[in-house]
Amino acid sequence: MIPIAFPLGLAIILFCMGIVGFIVRKNAIVIFMSLELMFNAANLLFITFANQFQQVDGQIFVIFIMVTAAAEVAVGLAMIVTIFRGKHNVDIDQLTNLKG
Amino acid sequence: MTINMLIFIFLAIVAIAAATGLILSRNPVYSALFLVLNFLSVAVFYLILGAPFIALAQITVYAGAIMVLFLFVIMLLGAAKPKEVEPLKWQRPLAIVLAAAVLLEGLYALITRISISVTTTAPDALLADPKTLAQVLYNKYSLPFEITSVILLVAAIGAVVLTKKSVKEEGK
Repeated sequence: MIPIAFPLGLAIILFCMGIVGFIVRKNAIVIFMSLELMFNAANLLFITFANQFQQVDGQIFVIFIMVTAAAEVAVGLAMIVTIFRGKHNVDIDQLTNLKG
Repeated sequence: MTINMLIFIFLAIVAIAAATGLILSRNPVYSALFLVLNFLSVAVFYLILGAPFIALAQITVYAGAIMVLFLFVIMLLGAAKPKEVEPLKWQRPLAIVLAAAVLLEGLYALITRISISVTTTAPDALLADPKTLAQVLYNKYSLPFEITSVILLVAAIGAVVLTKKSVKEEGK
């Protein structure tokens, strides 16, 4: 069996890469993908601790997170399509309509 | 060094490399495919950690449905490369510094609090059984389960309303 620190460390690394992708990239679709990466890291933590404490509740929470992520992606991509229809671009740096 | 350990280390390298590829690739289609690779390797971790139902749900829901949605939107919008404008020049370096700080904090907390001798337990047949999962989900967590169905309904309606062209707009 593997030390529990390995999956936890991997989850931390993946989460931080998600943060970097979220802030650094300009394409709105890639930003959403980085968000999925962070969701995934959180899921890995839940599964690791479900295994560690021999509780099934962690797996249930992963199901709820998956549902929330699916809903978020559906609404987010619909917003991106709507933005693209107006501006013909999904670059977030060009969405400056609200700038005073 | 067990076989599980070897699989884990190999797939951890694959997962980190795929995440790096997601961040660095210029074309969003490649980013999406790297993300699929990442999801698949994480699904294998779920198998090692004794959650086969979640592993398969991960493959079907994430690597299947959600990534198809992503690829569909990328194809719909065209993988156009916008001209590079940088209104916030300090944003990228600052992002990397801050993420490195979070990473170091997390790894420090991990190293100081969790001993390397604590290992994962062997996959338990009862915990891996979808029947156990369903019993807890539909009894203890029945209210959250109902709420998730409302969330999905709202998301479906919201997606339709957001992408629908209004009648006035069509008349133009």
